[in-house]
Amino acid sequence: MDRLSLFTKIKNTFRLIVHFAKLHLRAQMAYPMSFYMLVASHFLGICLEMLAILALFNQFGQLAGWSWDDLAILYGVMHMGFATAELFGRGFDTFNLIVRTGDFDRFLLRPCSPFLQVALREFQFMRLGRLIQGALALIWGLSTSVAASTLLSFWPKMALVFLAYMGTSCIFYGLFVFQATLAFWTIESLELMNITTYGGLEAGQFPMSLYPHALRAFFICIIPLSCTAYLPIAMLTGHEMLSTPVGFLLPLVGVLFLGISACFWQLGVRHYSSTGN
Amino acid sequence: MNLSFARPYLAMLRVRCSTLLQYRAAAFAGFLTQLFWGFFKVMLFTSLYMQNTSPTEHPLTLEQTIGMIWLAQMLLGILPWNVDREIEHQIRTGQVAYELLRPINLYSLWFTRSLAMRLIPTLLRSIPFIICLFFGFIYIPCPSWSAFFFFFASCFMGLILSAAITTLVSISLFWTVSGQGIQRLLPHMAGLLSGLTIPLLFFPTWFQPFLNWQPFRGVLDLPSRLYLGILPSEEGMAVIIFQAVWSLLLILIGVYAMRSRLRSCVIDGG
Repeated sequence: MDRLSLFTKIKNTFRLIVHFAKLHLRAQMAYPMSFYMLVASHFLGICLEMLAILALFNQFGQLAGWSWDDLAILYGVMHMGFATAELFGRGFDTFNLIVRTGDFDRFLLRPCSPFLQVALREFQFMRLGRLIQGALALIWGLSTSVAASTLLSFWPKMALVFLAYMGTSCIFYGLFVFQATLAFWTIESLELMNITTYGGLEAGQFPMSLYPHALRAFFICIIPLSCTAYLPIAMLTGHEMLSTPVGFLLPLVGVLFLGISACFWQLGVRHYSSTGN
Repeated sequence: MNLSFARPYLAMLRVRCSTLLQYRAAAFAGFLTQLFWGFFKVMLFTSLYMQNTSPTEHPLTLEQTIGMIWLAQMLLGILPWNVDREIEHQIRTGQVAYELLRPINLYSLWFTRSLAMRLIPTLLRSIPFIICLFFGFIYIPCPSWSAFFFFFASCFMGLILSAAITTLVSISLFWTVSGQGIQRLLPHMAGLLSGLTIPLLFFPTWFQPFLNWQPFRGVLDLPSRLYLGILPSEEGMAVIIFQAVWSLLLILIGVYAMRSRLRSCVIDGG
């Protein structure tokens, strides 16, 4: 492997991902009706939860100065980011079982990075339900928000939203990796970590200006969801005064977060001592 | 009165309860998670009330809203959000055939399982909250003893109603594909329609008649309203009758659906 050029390595990895994606899709499509039902019910379920937010708008008129049209952009970015991370990252979800049964030994024997192997364990295509729902909200927001139509022209706006979306999914993916890595020490799965994933999603879909300073700082410095989604979108809709380049650069923090979580994973692998026999 | 017919179900209830009581660590983790959600929602609603931009008058005072939020977190275990994994497994693998051989009623058996599945988590998860209440960490005002009595009685009826919903959804798994869909949709429906996601009174007025008549309301929303005095104690009996009628209706639908499905049941595998 060492003699291969970096380019070939990346190409091989990419080919492996596509191959596994096809395998998972074929497996999940074995019963097509069942698969479509799962996607549809996931979609409907998320729509129901959105009704609660719409009801809040109906009652309170606006949330911290945001209209629904503005918030739909933020909502769409958050949910699409979460759905993407869930679609590709759920292989890390039950990772504690692999550690507990000692199966991780086998992962270490194979000539492929253990990170990639765990990542490729499971792709949950039913998460498309949330992805589609988020995308619809995003399209609604981008086409109706008055504030968002003044600052940037069409293509830069699309680029900013895309960057925010990618950054957000990187953070959620990173959180899944963090949660899985903890299993090297605890063996058990840590339900409490769900506070960071589901809690982050729930908190991040509302304007950060609703929250006390401590929580805002938490979402900038520790779990930087604010950097990838809230701040860029607030810049776009004129709710936070930020210079445009900063707005474009902030979502890259998500990539940094994913990088840190990958380093933490390496630390965990080095710490791993088998539990099996 | 001869109660011997109930003996196998009571035994089942006891066994399932003691099994479920083992998950105390999970319940504690659940308590911490709920504490987080509770504080988060209180914070969210407090800042929404502070912004003073509402076009209409609020249906609840902030204090009542906070009470609703904490009661919802405390009683989260009652919510019919999932089905028994073992029942799901039995239907998928065809093991349900063995269950049918037993000289007991399958509906009652599953109902008992569902009841245990709601009762124990509710107890385990509400106890830490009751301790918090006792020491004054959280504060939920209750206007009178009669309100508290009716709250308690309607919680009990809510448990039965929730078990009826759970059993009905378990039975829907006999229709493999649509059952899966219903099962997936259940947590979202239960969360929204029972008033966990946001208190039901925050929905628009034109939507209230629908919300008032659907069964999920009896699980969480009605007991909370009785506790906080949003519904006066005089209406306590009406609430309990509402819950009882829905429970009975859902049980009858369940029994009928199960009977009609089992008549044409095909067991795959040997």
